[in-house]
Amino acid sequence: MIKNLKRLDLIFKNEQDTEAILEKTLARSNEEIVNDLIDSGLKGRGGAGFPTGLKWRLAADDPADEKYIICNADEGEPGTFKDREILSSVPNKVLAGMAVCARIIGSKQGFIYLRNEYKFLVPGLEIVISEFHELMDRLNLEFRVAIFMGSGAYICGEESALFESMEGKRGEPRNKPPYPTNFGYKGKPTVINNVETLAHTYSIFKYGPDKFRDLGIKDSRGSKVFSVSGDTPIPGIYELEFGMTLQKFVDDFGDGDSKAVQVGGASGFCVPRKKFEKTIIGYQGKLTGVSLPTGGSMMIFNSSRSMYNVLRNYLDFFVEESCGQCTPCRVGTQQLLLGIEAVKRGEKPSGYLDKLLELAETMRLTAKCGLGQSVANSFSSIVENFREEMIY
Amino acid sequence: MTRIQYSVTDMANKHGRSREALLPILQDIYQAKHVISDEDMVNVARELDISAAHVYGTATFYSFLETQQSGKYIIRLCKTITCMMHGKNPVLQELERILKIKPGQTTPDGLFTLKETNCLGQCHKGPAMLVNDNPHTQLTPESVREIIDSYRREALSY
Ligand SMILES: Cc1cc2nc3c(=O)[nH]c(=O)nc-3n(C[C@H](O)[C@H](O)[C@H](O)COP(=O)(O)O)c2cc1C
Ligand code: SF4
Ligand code: FES
Repeated sequence: MIKNLKRLDLIFKNEQDTEAILEKTLARSNEEIVNDLIDSGLKGRGGAGFPTGLKWRLAADDPADEKYIICNADEGEPGTFKDREILSSVPNKVLAGMAVCARIIGSKQGFIYLRNEYKFLVPGLEIVISEFHELMDRLNLEFRVAIFMGSGAYICGEESALFESMEGKRGEPRNKPPYPTNFGYKGKPTVINNVETLAHTYSIFKYGPDKFRDLGIKDSRGSKVFSVSGDTPIPGIYELEFGMTLQKFVDDFGDGDSKAVQVGGASGFCVPRKKFEKTIIGYQGKLTGVSLPTGGSMMIFNSSRSMYNVLRNYLDFFVEESCGQCTPCRVGTQQLLLGIEAVKRGEKPSGYLDKLLELAETMRLTAKCGLGQSVANSFSSIVENFREEMIY
Repeated sequence: MTRIQYSVTDMANKHGRSREALLPILQDIYQAKHVISDEDMVNVARELDISAAHVYGTATFYSFLETQQSGKYIIRLCKTITCMMHGKNPVLQELERILKIKPGQTTPDGLFTLKETNCLGQCHKGPAMLVNDNPHTQLTPESVREIIDSYRREALSY
């Protein structure tokens, strides 16, 4: 059970005060609200960790008169299921965050980009959205939110691929820059935020930036919602204080026999037991030891599991989900998969793994988007830490 | 022919004729028929005044849209790691046994299509599958038999 870690109830607390919080927040100036967000230290919970207040300010500073705000509910990273829970239990907080953002940047239209696997949430969400629209009218805010359904493509969680897909195209990432805050959906300034990020803004409006900043550690402030799965007696969704060591996490969630934790899903890192103590879950900062950013996926493996099978499963995922637009990723993912299979069957010598590690690093440098660039995260961390399991 | 033409026009009336309407229209067509035919693509292209090649390129990119006919119930069983660890393979074997098809195939009566898919976002309750839009979790070989039976009964009652 949870003994070592601080469990919180900010996000999921059922609060029926959306209208009052919005009235209170909107009575303040845009500048004051953005400063609060920046002071709170809130960073994006979708994986990349960009400061949320800064993102809103960048979009606000663009003089265009047509702008958009998009809630990214594509949640396709293996082992992640927190956004589904947030959208089913506290969608009002997410919508409130979108409304405040809309006032600040000057947007009349927002979208929730919902993965098709979560279509069963639509009837409930539509009711909440229609109530939200009535609230917008009472508050004299000219802002509407629509649901846009994804169609089964992990890559569409990447922001520029998501815009392409909303524009009726294949979900192929764009070159960056330009960034979404200047050139997003339909080429207009767009704020795109993860579901959880938006829900946190609500807590900051309600309780002020200090309460949020007091939680967590330097560079990783606040609480974070984790999706815990794998070899654990208590799988599920947990809101925890940011910045814990992996050892403490495993002490609370492991089954007593944890050999590795995959932090951040298939595109994240595999941490072996001997590194649990030194590893901190948070954004990259000037910390001692290693800190790992995470979209919140925590997959625990015990000693009965073959890490070869785990890696094969991830590579299989990347081969299928690569959009195929750039060669390093399209060909690289396939070669990595074929390569570890050949080593396992004894058709290639074990030294071939070093060639594959080089290939993964080349992909990190040359692939066009975060998908191809991050394959090396899981590949290198699994192969380096569990080399014997790849061979025998 | 005229019926399909009519419904594509209907969908364009509902979603609009801008390029942003393309995915919603294709989703509606797929939802209604579990296939997007060549004819549909040509009709959509005409309604939105874009090339049929563009419509085809988009329709074939996404795993929840298909240009081949699927059954009335599309089963998508998660094959990602957590569900694997919690017994996805025995569940798959049971589905193959009772439906007498392999992943990628459709039963001869057109009722069920079996597919394997990537993480459904239900990992804490794996193994998990979707049948059309409905999630089913904590699957066992016994529970999938019941689930399939219930869809069979539903189909018969129409
Ligand atoms: C391959 C790939 C998949 C992604 N999938 C998601 C996703 O499902 N949900 C999400 O919020 N962000 C996802 N992201 C990150 C988004 O591109 C973007 O950074 C994020 O939505 C910004 O929101 P935030 O600042 O609130 O984190 C993904 C990125 C990549 C490269
Ligand atoms: S890295 Fe992979 S997913 Fe990204 S653009 Fe290239 S092929 Fe597509
Ligand atoms: S691994 Fe199967 S639902 Fe996530």
